[in-house]
Order: sequence, then C-alpha cells, then structure tokens
Amino acid sequence: MQETALTLSTTELLAIPALPLIGAMIAGLFGWAMKERMAHSITSGFVILSALLSIHVFTQVLAGASFHGNLWTWMIAGDFVVPVGLLIDRLTTIMMVTVTVVSACVHIYTIGYMHGDPGYPRFFAYISAFTFSMLVLVMGNNFFTLFFGWEAVGLFSYLLIGFWFKRESANYAAMKAFIVNRVGDFGFAVGILAIWYYYGSVEYKTVFAMTPDFVAQNVTLGFMGWEVAAITFICLALFVGAMGKSGQVPLHVWLPDSMEGPTPISALIHAATMVTAGVFMVARLSPMFEFSETALVVVTLVGAITAWMCATIGLVQNDIKRVIAYSTCSQLGYMFVGLGVSAYSASIFHLMTHAYFKALLFLAAGSVIHAVMAEQDIRKMGQLRKYMPVTYITMLLAALALAGVPPFAGFFSKDLIIEATMAREFTEYGWVGSFATFAVLTGVFMTAFYTFRMFFLTFHNSDRVDPHAKGHLHESPKVITIPLMILAVGAVGSGIWGVTVLDIANPEVLNGYFGDAIFVMDAHNPLMVMAADGGVHGALGMILHAPFTLPFWLALGGIGLAYFMYFKQTTMPAKIAAASGPIYTFLLNKWYWDELYEKIFIRPARSLGTFLWQRGDLGIIDKGAIHKGIIDNIVAGAARMRAMQTGFVYHYAFAMVSGVFVLLTYLLLKA
Amino acid sequence: MELHNVLDFPILSLSIFLPLAGALVIWLFVKGDDAVRWASLAVSIAAFIVTLPLVFMFDETTSHMQFEEFAPWISSFNINYQLGVDGISMPFIVLTSFLTVVCIISAWRCIQSRVKEYMIAFLVLETTLIGVFAALDAVLFYFFWEALLIPMYLIIGIWGGKNRVYATLKFFLYTLAGSVLMLIALLAMYFEAGKTFSLLAFMDYPFNLEWQIWIFIAFFIAFAVKVPMWPVHTWLPDAHTEAPTAGSVILAGILLKMGAYGFLRFSLPMLPDASQYFVPFMVALSLVAIVYISLVAMMQTDMKRLIAYSSIAHMGFVTLGTFMFTQAAVEGAVIGMISHGFVAAALFLCVGVMYDRLHTREIGDYGGVVNVMPVFAAVMLFFCMANVALPGASAFVGEIMVLIGTFEANPVYMDVSTKWVAIAATSSVVLSACYTLWMYKRVVMGDLVKDSVKSMKDMTAREFGYFVPLMLLTLWMGFYPLPFLDILHVSVEHLIAQATTSKLDAAAALVQAMPALDAVHH
Repeated sequence: MQETALTLSTTELLAIPALPLIGAMIAGLFGWAMKERMAHSITSGFVILSALLSIHVFTQVLAGASFHGNLWTWMIAGDFVVPVGLLIDRLTTIMMVTVTVVSACVHIYTIGYMHGDPGYPRFFAYISAFTFSMLVLVMGNNFFTLFFGWEAVGLFSYLLIGFWFKRESANYAAMKAFIVNRVGDFGFAVGILAIWYYYGSVEYKTVFAMTPDFVAQNVTLGFMGWEVAAITFICLALFVGAMGKSGQVPLHVWLPDSMEGPTPISALIHAATMVTAGVFMVARLSPMFEFSETALVVVTLVGAITAWMCATIGLVQNDIKRVIAYSTCSQLGYMFVGLGVSAYSASIFHLMTHAYFKALLFLAAGSVIHAVMAEQDIRKMGQLRKYMPVTYITMLLAALALAGVPPFAGFFSKDLIIEATMAREFTEYGWVGSFATFAVLTGVFMTAFYTFRMFFLTFHNSDRVDPHAKGHLHESPKVITIPLMILAVGAVGSGIWGVTVLDIANPEVLNGYFGDAIFVMDAHNPLMVMAADGGVHGALGMILHAPFTLPFWLALGGIGLAYFMYFKQTTMPAKIAAASGPIYTFLLNKWYWDELYEKIFIRPARSLGTFLWQRGDLGIIDKGAIHKGIIDNIVAGAARMRAMQTGFVYHYAFAMVSGVFVLLTYLLLKA
Repeated sequence: MELHNVLDFPILSLSIFLPLAGALVIWLFVKGDDAVRWASLAVSIAAFIVTLPLVFMFDETTSHMQFEEFAPWISSFNINYQLGVDGISMPFIVLTSFLTVVCIISAWRCIQSRVKEYMIAFLVLETTLIGVFAALDAVLFYFFWEALLIPMYLIIGIWGGKNRVYATLKFFLYTLAGSVLMLIALLAMYFEAGKTFSLLAFMDYPFNLEWQIWIFIAFFIAFAVKVPMWPVHTWLPDAHTEAPTAGSVILAGILLKMGAYGFLRFSLPMLPDASQYFVPFMVALSLVAIVYISLVAMMQTDMKRLIAYSSIAHMGFVTLGTFMFTQAAVEGAVIGMISHGFVAAALFLCVGVMYDRLHTREIGDYGGVVNVMPVFAAVMLFFCMANVALPGASAFVGEIMVLIGTFEANPVYMDVSTKWVAIAATSSVVLSACYTLWMYKRVVMGDLVKDSVKSMKDMTAREFGYFVPLMLLTLWMGFYPLPFLDILHVSVEHLIAQATTSKLDAAAALVQAMPALDAVHH
C-alpha cells in the first residue's frame, strides 16, 4: 500500500462510534430524570456530530488516506489472539456516511414521530446505541469486531421491534427476529471457528493475504464421505450469517414481521442499515469469496430467489409497511445477485442509494400513518396528496428511485447490477445465471408495479379514509418533513453523485471508486466484460442509453400497469384477484413460509423438548432408574431400620458422613 | 519442604476459617434477627476482603501452587493439612467469598424464620467451599467436599419450598453415591502411590492404564453428579426449585463448579491416559447436555427449573472444553464457570425478586411485569442476554474460547473430527436464545392482564444493589477478560502439559523395577 501524506486521527475515528454510545448511555441511564427535549437533544446532537465526522473522514479517505491498526486486545489464550482494531478504507467510509446520515435523519424525524410516547428517552437510547453497534460492525478490522457489531445490532433490533411491549404481536416479532437471526449467527460463528483454525488469525488483512496460497493448497473438509473445499465451507458458513441478517430466503421470515416496531426503526434498521450488513460482509470479504466459485453461485442463487419471490409477495400486500418490507427483501436480493456475479461495487452502490430512498419511503409512510391515526392498511387511504403535499412529493421521488426510473438514484445502481448479471449469464453459472437474469428482469417490472400500486392507493384513487381520522388529516410538522426532504436529496442525487463524483461505474478503473478495498479477479469482473462490450460511460451516457435497454421499459410498464389498475380502472384489481384465486391466496399468505416453519421446526422442537423432559428425564431417569432401581430398594431397607428413622434429613446426613469417616478410619487402621 | 507463600502468612487458613469463626461468634453472642443480619454481613464482607490479597499478590508467572501452608495432621497416615492455590482454583475462592456477600444481602427480608441458623449455615458453607478449592491433601479435600453437604441440606431442607424433602433426599443420595466412590478411589491411590494423600504426589505418580481407568470411572461418577452431567442431572432442577433464592445462587454459582474443578484438579493431571481414553465419552455427554437439555429447558413452565436446565446446558460447554486439552478450550471452560457464577446466580436472584412478590415461580402466573417493574425488566434483560452469550457478556468469552479450542483439538481416541463436535455445540447459539427469550417474553413482556402482577412493586435499592456488581463483573469479563485470562495462562499451560504427557512409560519402567524392590523386601 502506498504511503500517504494524509493520516487519520485515531481519536477522530474512535469518536465516530463513541459519540452515539455516550448519547445512548446518558439517555438510557438517566432518561427517567429527563424531559423529552433533553433526551433528544443529547442523542441527536451526538449522532449529527458523528455524521459530520464521518463525512470528514470520508473526504480524507477519498483524498487517499486510510487507517489500519490494532488498538487493544480482547482475548488471548495460547496462540488464539483477538485484537480490537479499525480498518478504514473506501468501503468502510461509504458505509459510515450512509449509516450516520440516515441515522441522523431518523433521530430528527423521531422527535416528531415519537412525541408523547412514554418510552421516549428509551427509544432515543436504543437508536443511538444501534448506531454505535452498526459503526463497530463496519469499522472493525477483524471477524470478532464484525461479530460483536453483528450481535449488538441484533440486540437493538430485538429491543426496538418489541419497543411497544404491550403488543403481543410486537413481542412475538421481536423474539422471532432474534431467533431467526441467531440461526444465521450459527453459520457465522462456525465460519469464524474455521477461519481461526485454517488461518491462525482473525484479522481481515492477514486472512486476505493468506487466501491465495491457502486456496492453492486445496485444503478440503470431509464429512460423511463428502469433500468440500475449506474456502467454500468458510464462505458458505459466513454467508448463512449474511442471509439471516439481510433477510434472504429461507431466513427472510423475520423481516416483514419486524414492521411491528415503530416506523423510524423500520427505516433505519430494517431498510437502510442493519439489513445491509450481510451485503457489506460479503463485499468486505470479497478477497475470500472470489476464490470460491461455488460460494458465488450460491450467493447469486439465494439473491435471485429472494429478489423474485419477495417481489411476488409484495404485489398483493395491503399493509403499507409490509409492501415496503417485502420490497426491502427483494432489493437486498438484488444486492446479493450483484455480489454473486462479482459486481461488489455495484452492490455497495445499490446499498447506498437504497438506504436513502428506502429510508425515505419508510419515513414518508410513517408520516402517512401518523396522519391517518395509525392506520396501515392502504385500502383505507386514498387521495392523501391533497392533505400532505410534502410527504406526497418526497414519496413520489422515492418511489421513482425504487422503480429504477432514470435519473433517480435507484436507476443507476440497479441498472449496474442487472447489466453485470446479464454479462455473466452464460458463463460458469449455468442455469443459475439464466435464472438470476430472469429474476432481476421480471423483478424490475414487479417492483415498479407494487411501488406505484401502493403509491396510487395511498395518494390517489378514491378517498377511503376512515371518517374518524378524517378531521385529523394534516401535513406532518417540520421536524418530520425536513428529514424527508434531506433524504429526498439522496434519493434523487446519490445515483448521479456515485457515477460522476465517485466514478463507481467506470470499468476502466478496477472497482472504480473502491480501489483495493474490494478484490475482484480479472476473469470475474463483470465491469470488464461490460467494457469489452462497449459499455456506457458516465451518468449522462447511462441515462441516454436507458431507453435502449429492457429494464427501462419493464419499469415503465410496471408503473403503467399500476396506473391503469389503480388510477384508471379501479375495479379491475378485485376482478383479477378473484380470477387468479389460489395464486392470489398463495401470494397473500406469503408463500406459507411461516406455516411451513411452524410445522417443520417449531412444533417438532416443542414436542421433542416435552418428550425428552417427560419421557427422558422424568420417565426413564427419575421414575425408571432412580425410583424403581435405587430408591425403592433403599426405602425398603430403611423400613427395616425404622428405629433409626427420625425424619430429619440432617440426621441422615450426619449419620452418613460419620459412617464414611468410620469406614475411612477402619481402612487406614487396617493398612 | 519449601513452601511458596509470598505473604508468609496463612491467608488461606484465614479465608477458610474466618467465616466459621464468625458463625461461632454469631451463634454464641448475637441476639435479635437484625443484629444477626448485620453481623453476618460484616463477617462475609470481612471474609471477602481477606480473599482479595489472593488476587493482588498472585504470581501469574508460575504454575506452582501459591500461598501454600503445610502442617502434619494425622502423621501416622501421612495425612496433612496442606493448602495452596494455582490460577485455576484461586478465582473460585474469590468467587465464593463474593457470592456469599450477595447471598446474605439477598436473604435480608425474604428469610424471616430462623434467621440466625440460616446465616450460620451460609457462613459454614463458605468455609467448606473455600476449603474444597484450597485443599491439596486428598483427605482434607474429601472432608470439605462432604462437609459442605450438611449446610446445603439444611438450607434447602429447612428454608426450601413445598417439595423440599424429596429434593433434599434426591440431592443427598446422588452426591453421596458419587462421593463414596471418590473416597474408594482416593484410598486406592493412597496405597498405590506409596502412602501419601498429597494431590501433587498423585499428579506425579505413574499409575498404569488399568488403574487410571478404574479410578477415572470412580472420579467420573463423583464429579459428573456434581457438574451435573446427563444422565445424573435430574437432582439439580429439583434442588434448585426447592432451594431458597440464596441457596440456588450458591448452588449454581459455586457447587456446580466443584465437579468441573474435580476434573481439572484430579482426572486430567493424575490420570492423563485415562482422560484421553474417555474423551469420546465425555464429548458425547457434553453434547447431550448442550442439545438435549436445551430442548428440555425450552419446555419448562417453572422459571427456576428452566434456569436450572440452562445451567446444565452451559456446564456442557465446560465439560467439553475441559476434555479438549487445548489452551483456548480449557481457559474457556474456566472462564465459562466463573461467568456462569455471575449470570446464573443473577438469574436466580431475578426469579427470587419476583418470587418474593407473588410467591410463585410458574411462568404462566406472570406476564407484563415490565409495566410495573421497569428497572427489574431491564436488569433481567441484561442477564438474559448474557445467558444467550451475546458478545460483550462474560459468557461469550467462555463459549467462543471453548468452541475455538474444540475446533482445533485433536484428541487421540476420537474417530470423528472435533470440528463437527464444535459445530454441533455451536447450535447452542440458537437453542439458548429460544429458551431464554421465550421465557423473558412470557414473563416480562406483554400487557398487564393479571391483577396479581399489577400489585408488584419495582425493585428496592437493596435488591438493585446486589445486581450492580454482578452486572459490572459480567461486562468487565465480557469486554476486558485479559486480567482473568492472565491468571489462568500459566496454570492451564501446566495442566495441559500434565494431561497430554502419558504416564504409561514411567508406569512400565516402575513395573520393571518392581522385582528388584520385591527382592529387597524379602
């Protein structure tokens, strides 16, 4: 690595995660003694400061600075050493900025949204602590700091989903989220064990440097006659963790349910930041995933299935937050497809643009929910544009970005993923490549359709608002609309910014902006394939080229159909739903995943637990062996010695201990 | 014989007998319940302070026993009053004296009958527990090992719940059955090793394989009951449910550790070949504890029973790590034991806090506790998350080190790679979350429906007070475990060297030399 004149101050770097943590501790420990104003000023202030510092570090890194070093030691036992350190490069900083900026917007928004809630300071403590955890996750330099952040964000996700603890559904969703995530963490933990075993280190840089040699040695892992390359085992184990955190099939079931939490956290945690941790992980570990074709194919397949399946479910949902939640799953699927075809930079780019427009979409939905008095069913909305113009406009911008209409942010990033997928379609990926191409293309159409279905039903169509909520309808206060406007800038401009300023899509510079933060083998680099095909340069080039590509028309087609069905012929949807019968029910019930898990995991586990307890512990061990075999005999013997039976346990105890000593003495004397 | 004792002062004896002396004084001279409470608290705090030099003066660079004391006891049989600690036993002594203080504070209000007897029982218990961890003579060890059962029976049998008679009898029979076999094994070793009861001599003496295997089996039964390991674990849930809160705290915090300590102090260094030989067996039982017991824990309807089962599952990690003979695994096992002393103790205290208010341990009788006891809900959440081994909590350090050490271990007699063992044990990540969070959800979360729960009041300052040090210790060990690990490194290194050095060559050489010896005798 080149020596750079620019150095990053450790103090500044540490301040970035420390500030939200301090804010969280103050609000968490002393919240009971605070007024609302105090709680939100401290936490929001610290997070905004953290965001400004992140932007500062971002610009320094853009100018060539970087940081890598260990600061403390966490654990040592023999050779096993776990350091705590930071790795700050271009991948880290783009995550830091995304996380802190979205978090700052959500903090401000929350001031308005949660006003008057009895848990007000607690909520701020949680979201600040979450921000800290997420920063640790992205800034660490080894697998243990990653795992620490990973589990900590899971904890705060759990706490925030169950924030309204009086609601049974929220408590259930929180527990479900934690446990399903833990299934993923199981894989992650196994991956860490294997990494330490094979590499003797848990630091990224050491592990990455050793990987080519390690792969060349063809180390395999055997289990029941089945041999698998160790690198593939490690990557797949870690990827199970990514699937859990990022809501990929079949571990996606917790994400839609997480919408039970207050809307600001749906935006922050379950759209913009935490759920993208899996994407970040795979990109961070690109120097390992690149060496396992199998792992990459699996990543592509899982991503494609999720992108397509969750889009189909999104088509028919009626809860405004659930539509957006399934859209999140689906878009995360796109990101994984991008990772799988080695277009890491495109995926991280999509992660960033998605963070802005999806957070905006959620916060705007929150603004709507606030206005119609906690109603979330889009069938009971309509014509809201008249009452809330700012929410209307900002949500429109976010919807266009999500649908991938140029020149909005989502267009650039999604287009890059789709082109990369198509570029790799007929390579070693076989049918998976074809399926992925099919999934991402049809997904574009469905995304555009469900986004605008929701949009038209909410803001246009007929007025179906409950009469009680009618009088309450109003635009949200500034504290809510200003964050919407800030995020709208990101939803509109972050795509163009990425392509022009960061040069993310430039195939001639390997990985464009990311440099050596992401590793791609030349043979895999889809951007290079695209360049060889005469790829398109620059933002303007991409926009002008759009009308000659399929995704553009699919997106417009989706919007057009939604317009036709929910704006023009508003009686049509019901007819289609009736006509498609079982398919509609199947989609409405989310492909019956929850019911399946209930049958194959939850009920069997409970039955097995009860069986082992009642039959095993109480039946065989206690009643069978102990009672019949031992105690009954003792009791029978004791009955004969009734004279000695006093009924006091300590008499027995004393007698037995003395007996033992008599025995001891006897043996000793005999010797 | 040169004694290693930097203090030139019998600090271990003082640690052992100060609580006993205090109990004596209280028995004879202190009258009135409140006076007894304050006096016991003073004694336990003094006893805790006395053990602190063991930490501060501890030499981390040697595996030799420290703070040694030696005095002939029954010299005709070479039985000696021999004390000493290394990095493995010392932490447990301090943990004992610390938890005794917590126990006495926690019993302040909930014990109203026979307060004096109760406090005396706890102080005597402290004496015997510290004695177990400090003894270096087999007879002395056995004396304390057995003697501690008496105060424990009394605590469960007198101040326990409805089924206390059944629980005490079960507890009593199980442990005694194990102990008798241990006694026989110790006597056998006495004769074989040349009429000595010194544990250090047992470690050095080359027992042949057959001897080792028989003695291992006898020890195994004694220690497995205490740990407890499946299938001799069923006394624990009963003992826990019937014990008063502080009894459960000591039971989970210290008594369970004695079994695993036995494996570390006796089986591994004295019987290295047999220990290797039994690895597959120990691994199998440990995995059963982790998986089977976790599933059983999930279905419990009684909170104490659930936490008791959770303890057994966590002890599965301890026994697994113990028998992997790798630095990380063994250190992880000891860290796991200490951590469990904080976390399980705290969870039992949490149940105690609720029990004091509603006098029921049934999960179904609660629900929505957070509405009336928000501070308590936060404390309990903290320890539930520690129980699922979230990073940052002490349990994580122990478990991940055991797993790391297991993954890399390569025991001689295992046909299956320990990688798969480690992966199977990792399933605890999911299982522990299932049973812990499901309980938390049913007990603490939810709306206030039950009238009885509505009447509950949040924790008092005294109750909150004893959770604070436990929380700080859990976090300290979770975020900065180095001071704890530093104490362990050299002692564990030495232990692993002992456990992986076969005694069989030396035993064979001894047999060779035997005819010559016999000739001399005749």
